[in-house]
Amino acid sequence: MRLAILDSGQGFGTKALFAFIRAVSRQPVPEILKLVRYRPDFFGAPMTAVVQEAMRGPSAWSVGDRELMAALVSRTNECEFCTRAHAAVASRAYRDEAKVSAALSDLETAAIAEPLRATLRMLRKLTREHTVDEDDMRAVLAAGVSRDQVEDALAVCFAFNTIGRLADTFEFFVPGPKAFEAAAKMLLLRGYR
Amino acid sequence: MADITQARRAVVSRILEGEGRASHAQRRAAFDNAGLAEPLSKLVAKVTQHANKVTDEDIAAARAAGFSEDQLFEIVVCAAIGQATRQYEKGLAALEAAAERSEHAPRDPR
Repeated sequence: MRLAILDSGQGFGTKALFAFIRAVSRQPVPEILKLVRYRPDFFGAPMTAVVQEAMRGPSAWSVGDRELMAALVSRTNECEFCTRAHAAVASRAYRDEAKVSAALSDLETAAIAEPLRATLRMLRKLTREHTVDEDDMRAVLAAGVSRDQVEDALAVCFAFNTIGRLADTFEFFVPGPKAFEAAAKMLLLRGYR
Repeated sequence: MADITQARRAVVSRILEGEGRASHAQRRAAFDNAGLAEPLSKLVAKVTQHANKVTDEDIAAARAAGFSEDQLFEIVVCAAIGQATRQYEKGLAALEAAAERSEHAPRDPR
């Protein structure tokens, strides 16, 4: 963690919460929690509302689909922390780790539905090139994706284009697979609140 | 559908217009990735373009220029949300343009 305040500047209640999390999970506290709990009125609390709505709000996309989108956006940004975190949640939501690995390593050949593939392709371009055009969107709609679904996918993309930049700039510690599995379990049970 | 409209506006207005340790002008400039001086301009450009290339030295240079960690926390948050916002708005604009001319753009049934 590059800013010491995110470690040492937390309030008393948050420090106690982190001690509890360490004791119960037997894993280090995921550093995303340090970000969202630091002066939470500035960023953490209002951003959590965005992430919760994007990832768990009503949508024609499943939770697994949206977690896969989050993982793919993060992979495109080369954000290791977020890629691992959301690949773990997607794998658990789908109960299919192979599908998630395949989609992240080769989107074109992975065994996923065409509307999802077309959407992921568009999100990857928007993330990598910072823009997409009308033709890119027409291809997504032609694959059978509704306008609302595109908007929902853009919401996921917004959330993780924000979080990923922060994870990398502040250099979140990347723990082992067990820590991500524990976090994934919590994120499926409780969401992002 | 999921609707982040209100929640997203709330975050943006909080970070740009609410109280903070960095000035409103600095937070706005970080959000826009425009009008900042070195070394902050370099840090903010990296956050927006390839955040995984930010180094300890980039943060140290900004600290040496007199910015506190709290100010950098705010400035980096503004830079990240600013760039993600521009990407999001490009996506929505492209969708709007495509949907206007497409027969394949039904809304979900409500």
